[in-house]
Amino acid sequence: MTKTNDDTAQKTQVTPLDDSPDWTFDLLGQYQQEIARVADFYRLDTYTNQIEVITAEQMMDAYASVGMPIGYSHWTFGKKFIQTEQNYQRGQMGLAYEIVINSSPCISYLMEENTMTMQALVMAHACYGHNSFFKGNYLFKSWTDASSIIDYLLFAKNYIAQCELKYGISDVEATLDACHALMSHGVDRYKRPQKISLDEELKRQSERAEYLQSQVNALWRTVPKKAEQKHEKKNIFPKEPQENLLYFIEKNAPLLKPWQREIVRIVRKISQYFYPQKQTQVMNEGWACFWHYTILNHLYDEGLVTDKFMLEFLHSHTNVVAQPEYNSKYYSGINPYALGFNMFIDIKRICEHPTEEDKEYFPEIAGSNWLDTLHFAMENFKDESFISQYLSPKLMRDFKLFHIHDDSDNNYVEIGAIHNEQGYKKVRQNLANQYNLSNIEVNIQIIDANIDGDRALTLRYTPHNGVELGESKDEVLKHLHYLWHFDVKIVQEMKSGEDKIIASCPQKNKDD
Amino acid sequence: MANFIDRRLNSKNKSTVNRQRFLRRYKNQIKKSVSDAINQRGVTDIDSGENIIIPKQDLSEPIFHQGAGGIKDRVHPGNDQFSPGDKIPRPPKQQGQGSGQGDASDSGEGDDDFTFSISKEEYLNLLFEDLELPNLEKNQLDKMIEYKTVRSGFCAEGVASNIDIVKSLQGSIARRIAMSASKRKKLKQLEQELLVLSHDKHDHIQQERALRLEIETLKSKIAKVPFIDTFDLRFRNYAKQAVPTSKAVMFCLMDVSGSMDQATKEMAKRFYILLYLFLSRTYKNIDVIYIRHHTQAKEVDEHEFFYSQETGGTIASSALELMNDIICERYNDNQWNIYGAQASDGDNWADDSPRCQTILEQQILPKSRYFSYIEITQRAHQTLWKHYQKVEESHSNFAMQHIKSVADIYPVFRELFKKNTQSVA
Repeated sequence: MTKTNDDTAQKTQVTPLDDSPDWTFDLLGQYQQEIARVADFYRLDTYTNQIEVITAEQMMDAYASVGMPIGYSHWTFGKKFIQTEQNYQRGQMGLAYEIVINSSPCISYLMEENTMTMQALVMAHACYGHNSFFKGNYLFKSWTDASSIIDYLLFAKNYIAQCELKYGISDVEATLDACHALMSHGVDRYKRPQKISLDEELKRQSERAEYLQSQVNALWRTVPKKAEQKHEKKNIFPKEPQENLLYFIEKNAPLLKPWQREIVRIVRKISQYFYPQKQTQVMNEGWACFWHYTILNHLYDEGLVTDKFMLEFLHSHTNVVAQPEYNSKYYSGINPYALGFNMFIDIKRICEHPTEEDKEYFPEIAGSNWLDTLHFAMENFKDESFISQYLSPKLMRDFKLFHIHDDSDNNYVEIGAIHNEQGYKKVRQNLANQYNLSNIEVNIQIIDANIDGDRALTLRYTPHNGVELGESKDEVLKHLHYLWHFDVKIVQEMKSGEDKIIASCPQKNKDD
Repeated sequence: MANFIDRRLNSKNKSTVNRQRFLRRYKNQIKKSVSDAINQRGVTDIDSGENIIIPKQDLSEPIFHQGAGGIKDRVHPGNDQFSPGDKIPRPPKQQGQGSGQGDASDSGEGDDDFTFSISKEEYLNLLFEDLELPNLEKNQLDKMIEYKTVRSGFCAEGVASNIDIVKSLQGSIARRIAMSASKRKKLKQLEQELLVLSHDKHDHIQQERALRLEIETLKSKIAKVPFIDTFDLRFRNYAKQAVPTSKAVMFCLMDVSGSMDQATKEMAKRFYILLYLFLSRTYKNIDVIYIRHHTQAKEVDEHEFFYSQETGGTIASSALELMNDIICERYNDNQWNIYGAQASDGDNWADDSPRCQTILEQQILPKSRYFSYIEITQRAHQTLWKHYQKVEESHSNFAMQHIKSVADIYPVFRELFKKNTQSVA
């Protein structure tokens, strides 16, 4: 604890907040109060903040559990922890300064090692930036229920721990492995999901387990049907292709035990919880960066923070929003922090100081109230639509964006468009597509479960732009087979127009 | 509004469970890594953990993902030279993809391997899982006995230094009460009578005098009961209790004759390391005796044992004799668990092999817990092997194995010590 003489010049006009490097809880409170005041001034609507100070080791824990404050036990988290620890100890990476959880109250972790300046930055970034994004963005509103996620995670952890006691670690682990393999296919992309509510979960969980089993049993009833029915045309089930593989498994897998169905459901729900975050990385980080930048500058203008504070802050800030160029050794794709931050700054610029070009490209926002426009943008878009709506020619020039068209049939790659008048729209469109989840994630749907026959499950892979399914498909199928218990295969329509089996499990000899 | 919570003192090691799960899952890979790592250790270096290397692809968690081929449109920043329509020869490797499945050796620093440290405990547990020291229970009590003195109650006789004062005084009080009880009773009665008489209106001078006299006599009798008597004395008693000894001595016997080259010695060394590590899990104190021999045996230190060069013929019995001498001299087989490990390339002077068998059977094996012989050679077995085979048939605490290459060492070791050994197959 540092004791400083902040009582001395108390009554002058504006006393800058203490900028000594060591933080104290008192000081955190003072900064928090000022930041909250400014955030309110900019109409940032947030969940209540719960700010937790943690150690580096705890931060690695948080990393390992991929941002779930309460995680169930599984080896993959152990692996991630070891990886993080190793990288951290070797100095290959620094830990993030903060982690923030989409929950109500919104939990943010501050790391003990941070200086006071960093804590202030983190509070502005996480507790007001991310927090208001979680509360305001339409995807989060419709896909997640911040008030119940902690309870649900706790329920999940306890449930899985119970299963381990009852059914053995190995079986639970195998089930979880299988679910994790299919985790990104556990989301309804086109249907709005029901929110997770703990009370309901608990109330209905056992009920549901029995009910589900009975449904499944009805579907798989093996009592022979009457003879004349045999000549009817073959039943196709599911009636329509199912993209939510985990949901289909949970509801229809014939031999899953009730507890396994519940685990499938847990993984599916968690996947759903993270789904909006996957789609709003650029926006979310950009929004948070924009606000820590704006709020702290606001405090500086008011004289509340010192030059020393600002220098340290700007040093960190510029590191965070740096965008290495394509030929730099540090380049690893477009930095979402950089892109998002600059887009929000740019929108503000377009509103306040539009050029002729801006007026042509953005007639509806050029010259409008920047705060209204920014809030509107934050609330109603995801990365893909945000970029295609707001990426300005100026920003494309600043980033010197260019588009590479790579067709594997050619032995060269082609520059499709660059940051010039002819290329703006094309570059923008391609960049937006790059963030379209349905282009990034593979399109695999269940088309038939052969309920009258050998119960073999057939999936169809529909390639996007002719990209093949990755090598790991056989491994994933093993996991799917584990859950389904009967043959599974993936078909893909070939150029000739006929379906070809590109993967199956068991691979040839049928031991079942 | 915001609440601050200080979580720094909260439970640490939240991920311990997950770490255990991880180790559990990758036991096989880790075990392999552990057995590889054993090659790089000094014999008595057991204080450190170990770095474990697992090939990354074994750890991957598969998901459906997009593979090669097709059309890919990417946008990159920092255009410095390109114009629309430029055609650039495809870089040899797909950019953005991982570095592929290079079969980099596990000693390389490639990013493809997953390296982490395990603690000493975790390391040894993995190394010796499913192994046990053979014959340990069977003769634990009939041999290998050391005595420990323990308190065992009290006795009436002993040396003065063992007197237990409290017990003795308790005895004294009891005896004094017992010996004076009737007299005190009488005394009380007489005093009562005296009191009655003295309150009587009439004089009973005669009677009173007689009573007083009697009271005096009684009092002096009571006072004569001795305060403490030899009869009261109690002494702390000690008894000897048999405890299994936790001392072990490990004899490393090695042929250093001209036919043993450095590579062969390295293999032997690794075997000794394993044995040492293994014994150190059961015994607190382990002495290691190094005996090397050609035509003559000599006790040496570790460095000389492994690294000094010798030439000449081989007489293996010399080492066994020396071992036996050392046992007789320094390691009483009642107090020490004796383990022997002999390594050789199989060369021996033919006439000497029967003698080796005799010494083993008659001298060493009866005293030893376990004696293992490993033959490190690529050639056919010679006389020593044949004679030792006879020993193996008749003695359950003798085992022999044949090692051809470095890779055999750990499997052979496991073979020698695996649980429920039926050493005669």
